[in-house]
Amino acid sequence: MSPMRAVLRRDIALAFRSGGGAFLATAFFATVAALVPLGVGADLPLLGRIAGGVLWVAAALSALLSLDRLFQADFEDGSLDIIALAPLSLEATVTAKMLAHWITTGLPLTLVSPVLGLLFNLPVEGYGALVLSLAIGTPALSAIGTIGAALTLSVRRGGLILALIVLPLITPAIIFGSGAVLAAVQDTGTAAFLFLGAFSLGAVALSPFAAAAAVRLNLAG
Amino acid sequence: MDFRVARGEVLSLEGPNGAGKTSMLRLVAGLLPLTFGRVSFRHGAAEISDPEERGRFIGWFGHADGLKAQMTAAENLSFAASLYASDGDVAQTLARVSLTRAAHLPGQYLSAGQRRRLGLARLILSKRPLWLMDEPIAALDSAGRQLAIELIRAHMAAGGMVIAATHDDIGIPGPRLTMGAS
Amino acid sequence: MSAPPPCAYITAMAVFSTLTAYANPKRFLDLSRRIQPWLGGATALLLAVGFYWSLFISPADYQQGQSVKIMFVHVPAAWLSMFAYACLAGASITGLVWKHPLADQAAKAAAPLGAAFTFLALLTGSLWGKPMWGTYWEWDARLTSELIMLFVYLGYIALWDAIEDPNRAARAAAVLAIVGAVNLPIIHFSVDWWNTLHQPSSILRSGGPSIDSSFLWPLAIMALGYQLLFFWLWLLRIRTEILKRRARTLMLMRGAQL
Repeated sequence: MSPMRAVLRRDIALAFRSGGGAFLATAFFATVAALVPLGVGADLPLLGRIAGGVLWVAAALSALLSLDRLFQADFEDGSLDIIALAPLSLEATVTAKMLAHWITTGLPLTLVSPVLGLLFNLPVEGYGALVLSLAIGTPALSAIGTIGAALTLSVRRGGLILALIVLPLITPAIIFGSGAVLAAVQDTGTAAFLFLGAFSLGAVALSPFAAAAAVRLNLAG
Repeated sequence: MDFRVARGEVLSLEGPNGAGKTSMLRLVAGLLPLTFGRVSFRHGAAEISDPEERGRFIGWFGHADGLKAQMTAAENLSFAASLYASDGDVAQTLARVSLTRAAHLPGQYLSAGQRRRLGLARLILSKRPLWLMDEPIAALDSAGRQLAIELIRAHMAAGGMVIAATHDDIGIPGPRLTMGAS
Repeated sequence: MSAPPPCAYITAMAVFSTLTAYANPKRFLDLSRRIQPWLGGATALLLAVGFYWSLFISPADYQQGQSVKIMFVHVPAAWLSMFAYACLAGASITGLVWKHPLADQAAKAAAPLGAAFTFLALLTGSLWGKPMWGTYWEWDARLTSELIMLFVYLGYIALWDAIEDPNRAARAAAVLAIVGAVNLPIIHFSVDWWNTLHQPSSILRSGGPSIDSSFLWPLAIMALGYQLLFFWLWLLRIRTEILKRRARTLMLMRGAQL
């Protein structure tokens, strides 16, 4: 097994053993989404209109949930030193961690989203767009989240700062993602998908470098 | 401050707490960037100056164990083997540090001494020429100390190098460097 | 209302290459002490003239009435909110790449100023919105962008505060500043796009009212006044940061001696 795959497999295994893995993120996703009708009322036409937006915001919050431990746990127990000395660039290490984060959050969120769409009375035309937009866009959440996690890895109780740093930076994903769902429902074109794809690709391509730089400077402490 | 370590040599870094022994190890490992000065590493005829490149020759036995509480001793060790692309045998290495019976215990149930032993096992598996060891015999019982010293001797005999930060005498002859004594 | 001045980034870099000549904090302190009174005086003069002109001389708008005068405080604040970020990002790059000793302090010092100008832009925009839109807050593309910008500033400031060691904090904040600099134009674009998607009939969406020359002069003077105010406060804050760091070093040295 290559070193990068070893990191990926370990992180996924750890997420399943301690953090509840995919279950935690999806349960949180569903809970946040379920609170919205309680707040705005059981108005099915209204819920149908806001479904894409609400589910996208809930997905962004769920992705944040496990981010703060992404590097911090390894930093605290010394694993990060061991990993830094492996025959693997830090860029590759953070890419593996980013991928593990997506597999344990973004991917399961994408898969359960149609069920929540049902609860929100999402029009039939919206389901494909909802799943596709989450599949395209959640990697951007993991990518930018990884930068935030790397920046705050040495901060005790860094979770709140992490949210403050990451949430404004992922607004384009939320805008284009929920826009894509809305556009599909209203049949107004696919521009949002293209913007979302561009943003996601850019984030995934650039974030390993920024995150690796952040890990390096934190190790140097 | 100026020092060198040759093949088959153990350098002991001595000094009180806060003298900078750990920082020195991190500098050599390339985990801490140098503000001034130089660390040079010769591998055959080639001189390796890039700190991350140098890291590929270093086995790290740090103060923190680097073990995952949720993974068993064997899983922790086989992760290290894959991470360092080592062809060493995990079960044999566990036997070498007398952890065979604890192989399937999760990290959180291992005692401090067992965790140090697992660190030693990782060091053997990494097959790196330069071992950087922070307090190599701390938290170990007498059998464990014996084991650590045996492993260091074996590593030296095979032409390896060791830099050990310690305040107890590990009883291996070699150059000593006292830090923070002014 | 808030198209960024195209030369903002270049200006920030130019300011920095000038500062590079004064890399030595002591020389910087000497020089800035001499510049400071002049800069402060010019700022006060320009702002006084600008306020008088915009409030008493320039006419009321035939559509917006007296409330158009909020623009003289709002527009330069919105510009400065972006200019300050350009300075912050320029200083961060300088600090990260060239390890310039003053750059970290310069970046840190620019953040609260940028946040303050952003907040001022939001506040005045909201006050202007009440008579114009009939509400204090309209989810207008520019105001929304400014709001997200404020959060970006707050995240940056929070990161500085969260990390104890100033060197590590400086480098982490610099990485964040650069990531933000790449992302802010995208955020700006996405918000514009979002606005057209959700509110196709927003008032004054396409570029705002064209500016009459009787507004242009006082606006230009106000903009220059804000600009100098920013530089004056920036220098002041950089000086404070340098002195704070010195005080910290002295404290650490004393701690080591005891």
